Amino acid sequence: MIWIALRMLTGDRQKFYGLVFGVAFSTLLITQQLTIFANLLERGASGVYNVPDADVWVMDPATRTIEVAYPLPSTALDRVRSVPGILWAVPHLRATASVRTGAGNLEAVAIVGVDDSTLVGLPPRVAPGKVAALTSPGSVIIDDVGAGRMFGVGNPVIGQRFELNDQRAVIRGVTDSFPNFTNQVTLYTRYSEALSYVPGTRNRLTFILVKGDGAMTDQELAHRIAKISGLRARSSEQFADDAIEYILENTGIPMNFGITVGLGFIIGVAIVGLTFSLFIRDSIKQFGALKAMGVSNKAIRRMVTAQASMIGLIGYSLGLVGTALFVWGFSNSATFKGFYIPWQVPLISFSAVALILAATSRIALNRLMTTEPAAVFR
Amino acid sequence: MTPVTRQSAAISARGVTRAFRSGSQVVDVLHGVDLDIRAGELTYLIGESGSGKTTLVSILCGILWPTAGDVRVFGTDIYTLSDRELTDFRLRNIGFIFQQYNLLSSIDAASNAAVPLIAQGMRVVEARDQALAMLEKLNIADQAEKLPSQLSGGQQQRVAIARALVHAPKLIVCDEPTAALDATSGRRVMNLLREVAIQRDRACIIVTHDNRVFDLADRIVELEDGRIIDQGRQLSETD
Repeated sequence: MIWIALRMLTGDRQKFYGLVFGVAFSTLLITQQLTIFANLLERGASGVYNVPDADVWVMDPATRTIEVAYPLPSTALDRVRSVPGILWAVPHLRATASVRTGAGNLEAVAIVGVDDSTLVGLPPRVAPGKVAALTSPGSVIIDDVGAGRMFGVGNPVIGQRFELNDQRAVIRGVTDSFPNFTNQVTLYTRYSEALSYVPGTRNRLTFILVKGDGAMTDQELAHRIAKISGLRARSSEQFADDAIEYILENTGIPMNFGITVGLGFIIGVAIVGLTFSLFIRDSIKQFGALKAMGVSNKAIRRMVTAQASMIGLIGYSLGLVGTALFVWGFSNSATFKGFYIPWQVPLISFSAVALILAATSRIALNRLMTTEPAAVFR
Repeated sequence: MTPVTRQSAAISARGVTRAFRSGSQVVDVLHGVDLDIRAGELTYLIGESGSGKTTLVSILCGILWPTAGDVRVFGTDIYTLSDRELTDFRLRNIGFIFQQYNLLSSIDAASNAAVPLIAQGMRVVEARDQALAMLEKLNIADQAEKLPSQLSGGQQQRVAIARALVHAPKLIVCDEPTAALDATSGRRVMNLLREVAIQRDRACIIVTHDNRVFDLADRIVELEDGRIIDQGRQLSETD
């Protein structure tokens, strides 16, 4: 009977396409919005992901995220270095400054000061340009998204000069890194150089990056550093989670995306529910005849389930392919750089689609179950 | 012709009553109907609109529970069966020809005719093969691949007849088969039914009020106001 059910479904092309479209559109909306949401959240932790060498981030106890940091006294570095179990600890500066471009435009940029001797704190991939060039005075490396934003996509960047807080800076390289949450231009320079770019305050060291000797887990090391130094220490993983939590708690993003995902669900229920109800209503005479002939309610339930499953699988697959095409299509855009579909997102949208179809099938089935076989003679 | 007895009857109904609720009122549609139908005969169930013939035939074929009374179909007291057993009984023992044919619009004629076999669990290919043989018998095999919408009314009716016969049921129930046909076509359909549906071990009930084909019946049972006023033949005393 499954074969008959599927033929009944596909025979009415208009309704079949309407149902598939409804599920596909819902899946697309839910999957695409959740994908953007998840990737945006991850961008909140991009500063952590861009420094894979660091096992632990040490900061002032008041600091919550990489973007909202309270400076430490320079003596904090020695305190941290004295903690047993540390292979190395280097200073890391994060601040904002204003840049005047060659065209005379003013742009707010993030300044990242990396360790002078080891250059720890720099994203691992730099191209074009050379990391070594950073040792020259007045040298900076710019992030690729920021470069496109400041100088235009495709324009030459290496060798470009600009004014950074009244000081000259020359771009010596471009990183291939995770863009930050606000898509702000990020300039990487040596720590000592960064101090001269950032307006002077008594304390300017924002983070200490630590590598453990491998004798304990990162969390254990962070716990030990915090205990001994009195500073806040978080493993990279914890600190990335902190950044994501900060966005969730302090911005309207979850609510906005939640509303869109909710709308996707409601649209799915509306389109699929209405079309499926229409399909069942139009087929009720045929189902009634089948019931009269001796097709059991159990078989009818299986038929409707098969129909819903077919609509769900095709619609869901199309919606997922649509999202993949969206991500792929915009992969070259700076706004969507590095976007991917986290494995949890298809599962969530699959559950949503299953829920939509279960609800609409249930309503349709109620109607069929209460249809008396004798109705075919009336 | 020998009189029909309850023992010899293919279908036997005793004291069948059916009431429907209409708002706060209870309306009795059938009043203790006793009826025996023999196998190998074409039995017409006739009566005015509202006489209860549709209700009676629905009860005789196991799709409407009577308020009181019992119905035996080839010895099985069908309303003592559970809902599931009765559904299965219908699937295996009863063939239906509906007034509107009720063919499934998105499958071809052969598949439509094969529906009872597919519902019984037969593989689609085998079921279609058997259905094709039946369509052949009804001289419509050349239309087997067409959808119902591509068939004429007469052709659709033949497909519906094929569907009713394909699983060799013991009882054929046919609702107003000539209602939309002219006299000649009506007689052709009835003759066709006589030819293919009547067998020694099969009963055939036709609900109709088309007096143009009354002469083709073996027995005519007439209903009026929920009571049988003419059984066409006397029951024996052994009943």
